Order: sequence, then structure tokens, then C-alpha cells
Amino acid sequence: MRPFQYTRAPSLAEASDMTAGEDTLAIAGGTNLLDLMKLQVETPGQLADINRLGIADVEDTDDGGLRLGALATNTETAVHQRVRADYPVLSRAILAGATQQLRNKATNGGNLCQRTRCFYFTNIDQPCNKREPGTGCGAIDGIAKLHAVLGTSDQCIATYPGDMAVALSALGATVQISGDKGERSVPVRDFHLLPGDTPWIENVLEAGEIITGITLPPPVGGTQIYRKVRERSSYAFALVSVAAIVELKDGKFSRADLAFGGLAHKPWHDPRVGEALLGQPPSDALFDKAANILLEDARGFGENDFKIPLTRRTLHAVLVQATEKAA
Amino acid sequence: MTVHFKQDEPDNSNRLDGMKQGVLGKPLPRIEGLAKVTGTAPYAAEYHIDDCAEGVLVTSTITRGEVTSVDRASVLSMPGVIAVVDDEKLCTRAAQGTANEAPMQGPGQVCYWGQPIALVVAETFEQARDAAKHLKVEYREENGAALDPNAVEPEEQEDETVHQGDLAHAMAKAAHSVDVTYTTKGHASAAMEPHAAIAQWDGDKLTVHASLQMLNYNITELADALDMEEENIRLISRFVGGGFGSKLGISEEVVAAALAAKQIGRPVRVVQSRQQVFQTVMRRSETTQRLRLAADSDGKLTGFGHEALVSNLPGESFAEPVLQSSHFLYGGENRELMLKVARIHRMTAGSVRAPGEAVGMPALEGAMDVLAEKVGIDPVELRLRNIPEQDPEEDLPFSSHKLADCLKQGAEAFGWDNGPRKPRQRREGEWWIGTGMASAARVHNIAEAKARVTLKADGTALVETDMTDIGTGTYTILAQIAGEMLGLDPEQVLVELGDTRHPRGPGSGGSWGAASIGSAVYVACKVIREELAKKVGISEEELELSEGKTATGESLTDLLEGNDLAREGHYEPGDIEDDYTASGFGAFFAEVRVNHYTGETRVERMLGAFGFGRVLNAKTARSQCIGGITWSIGVALTEALEFDPRDGHLVNCDLAEYHVPVHRDVPDLEVVLVEERDGAASPIQAKGIGELGMCGGAAAIANAIYNACGARLYDYPMTPDRVLAAMPD
Repeated sequence: MRPFQYTRAPSLAEASDMTAGEDTLAIAGGTNLLDLMKLQVETPGQLADINRLGIADVEDTDDGGLRLGALATNTETAVHQRVRADYPVLSRAILAGATQQLRNKATNGGNLCQRTRCFYFTNIDQPCNKREPGTGCGAIDGIAKLHAVLGTSDQCIATYPGDMAVALSALGATVQISGDKGERSVPVRDFHLLPGDTPWIENVLEAGEIITGITLPPPVGGTQIYRKVRERSSYAFALVSVAAIVELKDGKFSRADLAFGGLAHKPWHDPRVGEALLGQPPSDALFDKAANILLEDARGFGENDFKIPLTRRTLHAVLVQATEKAA
Repeated sequence: MTVHFKQDEPDNSNRLDGMKQGVLGKPLPRIEGLAKVTGTAPYAAEYHIDDCAEGVLVTSTITRGEVTSVDRASVLSMPGVIAVVDDEKLCTRAAQGTANEAPMQGPGQVCYWGQPIALVVAETFEQARDAAKHLKVEYREENGAALDPNAVEPEEQEDETVHQGDLAHAMAKAAHSVDVTYTTKGHASAAMEPHAAIAQWDGDKLTVHASLQMLNYNITELADALDMEEENIRLISRFVGGGFGSKLGISEEVVAAALAAKQIGRPVRVVQSRQQVFQTVMRRSETTQRLRLAADSDGKLTGFGHEALVSNLPGESFAEPVLQSSHFLYGGENRELMLKVARIHRMTAGSVRAPGEAVGMPALEGAMDVLAEKVGIDPVELRLRNIPEQDPEEDLPFSSHKLADCLKQGAEAFGWDNGPRKPRQRREGEWWIGTGMASAARVHNIAEAKARVTLKADGTALVETDMTDIGTGTYTILAQIAGEMLGLDPEQVLVELGDTRHPRGPGSGGSWGAASIGSAVYVACKVIREELAKKVGISEEELELSEGKTATGESLTDLLEGNDLAREGHYEPGDIEDDYTASGFGAFFAEVRVNHYTGETRVERMLGAFGFGRVLNAKTARSQCIGGITWSIGVALTEALEFDPRDGHLVNCDLAEYHVPVHRDVPDLEVVLVEERDGAASPIQAKGIGELGMCGGAAAIANAIYNACGARLYDYPMTPDRVLAAMPD
């Protein structure tokens, strides 16, 4: 661990000033950052502690939605009465991630910013274009079981590892960001980026920008499912996960918001998948069609080829479960 | 005074059963449990030692070659850095269990990616770690190091080879035959406490606090590595946070701490990071195993073949003993057994919990399930029909044999349906549900052991040995044995372990600890009893002791007349080892559910019935069994070391990515203790138990997966991708 300066940011503006510098990272729960610092993957000269910036509340919005403070913990969010009642997919997704101890410490903003668990990213003696641009991708032709099958580039095949953001993507939440140029909102679906030629740029945050909150739209109801497929039943990253918000009217899909984890460098949301379901009665053929659209451009790297049929089957299982419940 | 007892004959006198205290076998909680859960039991790195500097190992970033330069100046000016140690005595591998000599030394030669090549010492751990990452090292790299065990010509381990009769002919003539190939991936020990040592010198005397399983061997290994006399070394390992084989021999940090402390003239602590423990200590070899079973129309084996390929680094004597129990578990007069080892440049392969059977039995018992289906009989019945009268390869009787009892009692307790078995019979929603079973076997190991027992003038007792307790319950069972023999409540018995100042014990490993050191304590107590009997004027056999008194009411304190009575028991296994085949046996039963869509498997319930001689403590014995079954779940479903195909480095080197079962993967586990007395196993009629609980359990789960969903898998672990690939439509 490189020696670093620890400074408590007294205000949002000052936190923004501090993190505008190249050598400073914001720390909230630290569950991911500290691990990466121990491994020398992250080597900031300064940490700006943003824990006392007063952005930890979960509160109703005027339009009936809910605003999750960036510093509210994953646990506080998952057990929040309104989250459980109105956004159960989010509660379920959070509880499917990490461990109780980690969720107690991890924050919502930090969760959005967590880094990939690619083995080559976390080992500084191995090549990784994300960690050290230009060194190559160790995972392509390496151990890539957990890696992406959608939206990859020849520079990087890492996945975004989180669960919470997958549910947020299905819910159509927005991220509130504060920086020296003021405030802005970005849909969660646009917050994370694909690797392309710049795999080290993982999201739209500019230098000095800090996530202040996440806003959920007014409740949409429906049947909400978060299905996470993993090798052990807890404390494992998703092989594939599906967040689904589904409603049937007169035996036909009237709502189908779907997002996927474990498949790409970002929570995967392809609007065509839901659109293919809308207005149709549930059937195996329809589910297949939705899967075909989703996986049209999917490409495996040997070890993770299984993710493509697994995603198809998991989507099928989720849609069967959702429509049985909704019917 | 030392009393030496060498066991050449079975001891069926079962003297412990005639004792009056009535404490042996009782489910007492672990003596040191409270200290451990309250954080007052210090582990190796937790001793507070003044002026202690911190060392961090530097590891290689090439697979094979030579270190041509270590640029000390590159880090010596960094804050807090004291020294760089690249002494040629530094160890580059961990010692194999019971090696009794230094492991590979000479950090200039690199044989695997991640190999220790130097140590950086600084004032704080963080400074040392940072500097270790910045140390500039230059290499001359040798390309083309063999990494794939299937791509090299392997060496045959000739002492494992058996050619008996004509297996090919038996297979051709068989009414039913099975010829299948299984694979298992490598495993990590995954002990919670990382490898750590604190070394301090006082003149030419060295004291090391370390996390070790076998001090008796470790002191010799360390003395050899440092080229010094054992008399000048003291090793202390009072509490060990799990070993699972990884601490059988000394590892790199022990020698590095000692060398560094000498070099800088200050105590030095070296703690391996979690990643280093994974990458530098021991792996269980991956295996490829071909099983051939030939049977007559009743399912009786006429032929038995088990051939295995494992791997290790060049220069390592250890080869995962996959065939260990295959040599005697089932009959079949035509036999072919062969073990081969491929020399490759991955980290050292060595003993990882239940070496051999942990991976050999899951393959064998999977193949037996395939055979049961072909013969069309209950798999329990197939096992029962194939229990041999005596060792099928050596002309030796079994010391005892509880397999049939375990199969029957286990089936009964589990509620095993012994009707015809067909896969895919039960489905609840998305989940296929099924059951499976397997036999358990683990060879009985035992070793020479010494312990000193002192009956104190105040009527309490003291047991001293350098034996370790790695979380298994050694402290407690030794207090129970001494208490039983001397008529004392175990609370009146102080047990001192893990210090080489005490008499040499066997150490903890190969499940031999309890039977070996327990016998030494028994031998010492027996002589103390003889002395006491003399004082009373009766024979030792007539002496009844309980609650600190004789049957006639004389108290121990009166008999001792103000004097301590100390005896050292020295137990040694004798000719008896050559006269019997001795093993623990058992049976596993599992119910699993397999998700039709995702291939995820969850164990619903599992039961193990085990016969391993005398039960010394029903609680710690049961805990051992539960731990073993839990590891079975890991072998079956989740655990797999993944090595990069290009440089051979271990990629999943932490507990987030190397998947041991978590609580949610482990349902209620039931244990049936099939108690017995095995007089040929040890003078206390006990056998090993620690490892038996994981020797075959994975096959019960694999067989249950097949019974549930019809996916017959031959590759462990059975992760969702593999289950789905084998799942019928």
C-alpha cells in the first residue's frame, strides 16, 4: 500500500476540489477501494473521506419516487420500508450481493463505482489494459469464466460485478452527480460505459464529480424478481443475473423491464428485449425470441461460452416465474 | 523418567473402559474455545514483542529462470525500510509434511510464478508491503516451462503400482463393466489464519512463534534450513487457526523471519498475505483418474482398475496419493492400479486436507454408482456385496471394519429408499430433487509420540507435549484421557501444547494426532497409576480412581505426600503396522436439488455414518465429521484452483474467488458415530477421524445430482456450467 494522506472532506464543494486532482480518490465505505489499495491496484496519494457530507438519507421525492442518498449503506437501503414495499427488485438485488458485513459498510454511491473482479485487473504483475493501458488483456486467452459476453472489446472483457445497479437499471433510476460545474443527472442505464478502446474509463464521472444520490421513479408495481445465478449460494459474483419487472394485462405483457448482470462491462439493458414481450401472451416461443434478441451479438471467450445458454435459460426461468406470479 | 511402549500386538484390553472417572468420550466443549472466541488466545502473529520489525515477502513475476539482480537501493531509501534479505538460505517452497529437512532453498532460481525470492523489512507492515512491490528485480527468463500436466510424459510412482491377474480380460468377460475417467481440480487448504512467524534471537538462540502443525518435524526442518542445532531453536505454536495440511512443514515466512532477524539484529515478523498463502504454500494437485470396474451379474467385482495422473514441481517427492484407499476398499481379483506424476511449473503440490482419498474416493464412488445402475441394484447393496474379507492386495486382515455397519446404520438414519433407482423422478417447480450415497474410507495413520504427565502434589495434573491443536480439540481430549486415567475432572488437568521445550509429539496431520499423542498420554498415566497402586498396595488393574480419590477413599494428595509424580510416555507403533490393514470407514448420504434452468445444485441435507475406533469426545468428533462433510460439499460443487495457461500462475487466490462452501451452502448435517474398539489401531483403540468426513462425500452429492436430474458428471467440481452441459433436455 502506497503511503497516502487521509483528509476528511468538510463539504461537497471541497470534496469536489480535492478529487479533481489526479492523485486523490474519494472514500466512502471503502469495501472495494481499500482491498485494491492493499493490492496496489489503486495507489492514491490522498483519500478524501466523504462520509460526513450529509448525503446519507433515503427520502421521498415530490413525484412519489424515492431518493437514495449516495452514502446510505446497502443494508439501510435494502431494509428500507419503501424500498421493500415499492421496489422489491432493488432490495433483493442488494441482498444477493456480498455479505452482511460488507453491505453494512458499503454505500450506494460506492456500489455504483465498484471495480471489476477480473483476476488480471487485481494482480499488478499481470497485463491489464484497464489498470495499465497498453499492457494488453490477460483475460482474453486466460482464465475468463466470469467474463463478459456482450459489449466486449479487444482491449477488455471484464464485467461490472455489482447487483444493485442491475436492479436500478431495470427500474430506470437516475444518478445525481455534483461537481465543479454544478449538478447533473444521468440515467443509471447510461452511467456505466463499455470498455471500447478506453477500458479504464468505467463510468461518466468526470474528475471532481461525486455521486450524491440515486433517484427512483414513482413505483411501477408489477412482479419484481432478481435472479442471481452463482457457483455458491452466497458471497459469489453472478455468473448471470436478471432483474425483471413484469406485469400482465388480459394475459399479455403490459410491462417488461429487464436488465442483466454478469454479462458485460455494465448492467446490460437492451430495450428491444422488453419491447418484444409487450402486448404478447407469455409462451416458450416468445421467451426464446426475447433471448435471441438479447444474445444476438453475444460472444464467448471459451471458458465463458456457457454464459450464453445459461442466460437464455435463466431469462426463461425468470419469465416463467414472473408470469406465473402475475397471472 | 520415560516409559517406552512399542505396540507389536493388538491391545484389546480396552483399559480405558474400565476406568471410573467416566469422562472419556463425553461431549465436552473445547477447553480453549472461550479464549479463542474472546480473542485472548494469541495466534502466531499476535504476540507483542518489543522492537519488532515487519517483513514482507517479494515474489517472482516469471515462471522459470534466474534472478540476475536484486536492486536493494531501489527500496532502501523508501520510508521506514530497514533491509532487503535475499540470503541464499531463503526457502522458495514450503516443506512437505514430515519432510524433516529443509525445503527447497536458494531464491536465485525461480521454478514457479509467485515464488518467494526476497524479503523486505521495514518499521511498519504497510511500509514493507509497499517497498516489496517496488523492489526492482531482474531475471534471466527461461521460456517453455511445462505447465500442462497432460502435455508432459509423466513419471510412474512405482510403489503404487499393482498388476494383479488380468484386468483387461476381466473387463471383456464381465457381465457389467464401467470404464470412466474423472477429473478433479486443484484445491487450496484455505486455513483462516494466514502463515505467519515472529523470529527473535538471543545470541545464538532462536525463538520463533509460528503457525505450524508439526513442531517435532518443523524444528528439524528449520535447523536444517538455517544450518544450526535444534537445541538452539524454540518453536511455539500454541494456537493454530487451521492448518488443513498447509502448515505440516515450515513455509517460506519462517525461515525468512529468522534470517531477517539475524541480519538486522531485531525481532522480525513475517505474515504472508492471503494471496501469498494461496500462491506460495501448497496446492492439492489436480487429478485425472480412470476407473475400470468389472462385475459379475450380481454386481460382485471381478476386476478393479484405478489409474491416476497428478502433478508437482520437479524435485518434489510428494504425489497426491489418490489410490490410497482404492488398494483395499473393494475386492476384485484382477487389479490394475497406477499413479503417475507430471512435472510442471505450478506452485508446490502437497498435502491438503485428506490427501489422496479427498479426490480419489469421489472418483471411485462415482464409478461405483455407475456400476450399481448397470447391475440394477441399490448402490448400498453394491457396496455391501463388495466388502472384502481381507486386504485384496496384501495378505493382511483388517484391524477392524465398520463399512457394512456404517452403510446400514447410515441408510436407516437417513431414510434411504432402497428400491429401484431411476433419475428424474421428483421435481418441485424449477428444482429436480434426488439422493445419492457413497462409502467413506481413510487410511489410519499413527506415529511415534511423547508426552509428559505430572500428577501434582495438589492433586491436579499437567500434560506437556509439543503436539499442536489446530482447532480439532487436542487440548480437550488429552485432558479427558489424563482425567479418565488419573480419576480427575478434566478441569483439574492443565494441558500445555505447541512448544518444543516439551516432549516431542507427532504433530497434527493425517488425522493421526489424537490416536498417537493420546496413546503417549495413556502410557504415561498408566505408569503413574502403577506408582499409585504401589503406594496403596494393590495392582494397577485393581486401582480405581475417581474424583481424585481411590475406591477406598484415599485422596491423591495424601498418596503423593507433597511430591509431584511425573512420567514421560513414549508411544511407538511397532510391528503391528505390518500385520494389519487399518482404516476408518463410513458412508455418506445426500439429498440435493438441482435447478433445471440454471444448473445450480444445493445440498438439502446430508448424513455421514463413521466408524473410527474409540470416540474420545463425542462433540469434537462430531465437529470433525461436520467439517469433513462441509469440505465434501466444496469438493463436489465449488472448490477449484484456476491456473493461467500461459504462465501457470494461480489466478483465484483469495477467499472471494476460491469458493469454499459458505453457511448457506451447508444444510443441517447429521452424523452417526458408529463406535468401535480397534485394538490394533492404537493402545487407546482410537483411529483418525479428522479427514474421514471428506473422503467420498463429494460422490454422494454427484450421485444425487444424477439421481435428481439425470446429469451424469465426471468432472469435479460440479459447477452450474458443467451441470447444464450434462443436463438432459
